[in-house]
Amino acid sequence: MTQPAEIEFDTEGVKKRFAFVNRKAPYGSIYALEILEMVLISAAFEQHAIIAFIDDGVYQIKKGQDARILGMKNFAPTYGVIEMEKEDADEDDDIDMEWRIVVEEESMVARGLTKDDFVLGVEVLPSSELSELLNAQEVVLSA
Amino acid sequence: MKFGLLVNEGPFTHQASDSAYQFAKAAIEKGHTVPRVFFYFDGVNNANKLSEPQSDDRNLVKLWGALAAEHGVDLVVCVAAALRRGIKDEILADGFRISGLGQLVEMGMAMDRTLTFGD
Repeated sequence: MTQPAEIEFDTEGVKKRFAFVNRKAPYGSIYALEILEMVLISAAFEQHAIIAFIDDGVYQIKKGQDARILGMKNFAPTYGVIEMEKEDADEDDDIDMEWRIVVEEESMVARGLTKDDFVLGVEVLPSSELSELLNAQEVVLSA
Repeated sequence: MKFGLLVNEGPFTHQASDSAYQFAKAAIEKGHTVPRVFFYFDGVNNANKLSEPQSDDRNLVKLWGALAAEHGVDLVVCVAAALRRGIKDEILADGFRISGLGQLVEMGMAMDRTLTFGD
């Protein structure tokens, strides 16, 4: 079967505010891993992004995980790449991209976690502020 | 308005693909366009032409293909997610094509609205 021809949209000069909302625990399902791949690809397009962790999604960035014990791909180190992309964007004036890594406070507190438990630096925002923030984004991708 | 849809779940187990399909159909009937639907996570299973539901049930794989043929909807399956789940050229249904995740980001950039259908 021949696949349909590739269609390209004109995205020249388009800069949008994306949000990636991580809601699921890291290894119970594939959502965490595949949404992480989404976030990394978006960096290549230099779009603004909020990378948010809510509900059991806060466990994705908890320190001290090693899924190799379960025979699964250990993707925890990849969150370091997200932090690196963010820092590059913050420091390099030639990169017009603003990323924010946000944890919902209520989800964090309900699971007995603190800011120090995470593998990367995060902003902690209460639910009300986070929902306002997400409301202000143009493309919200969630899983 | 131009809508881009993201389908995150496979057909039948979950309503995401049905909802996305019904949304696309309704939007087009109202005069909007749906230039692209992107299939990710288990959503890539919507492109499996070996899928054969019972004859008194809807066949989502074919419904998507027909929508693409009639209205020029670009059905894109994420290559990494597809390979993981054994969705390859050999079993790719009519109307679908396999490409990279960049096509999802591009869709978000180019469409007026991007909607996620999933869990």
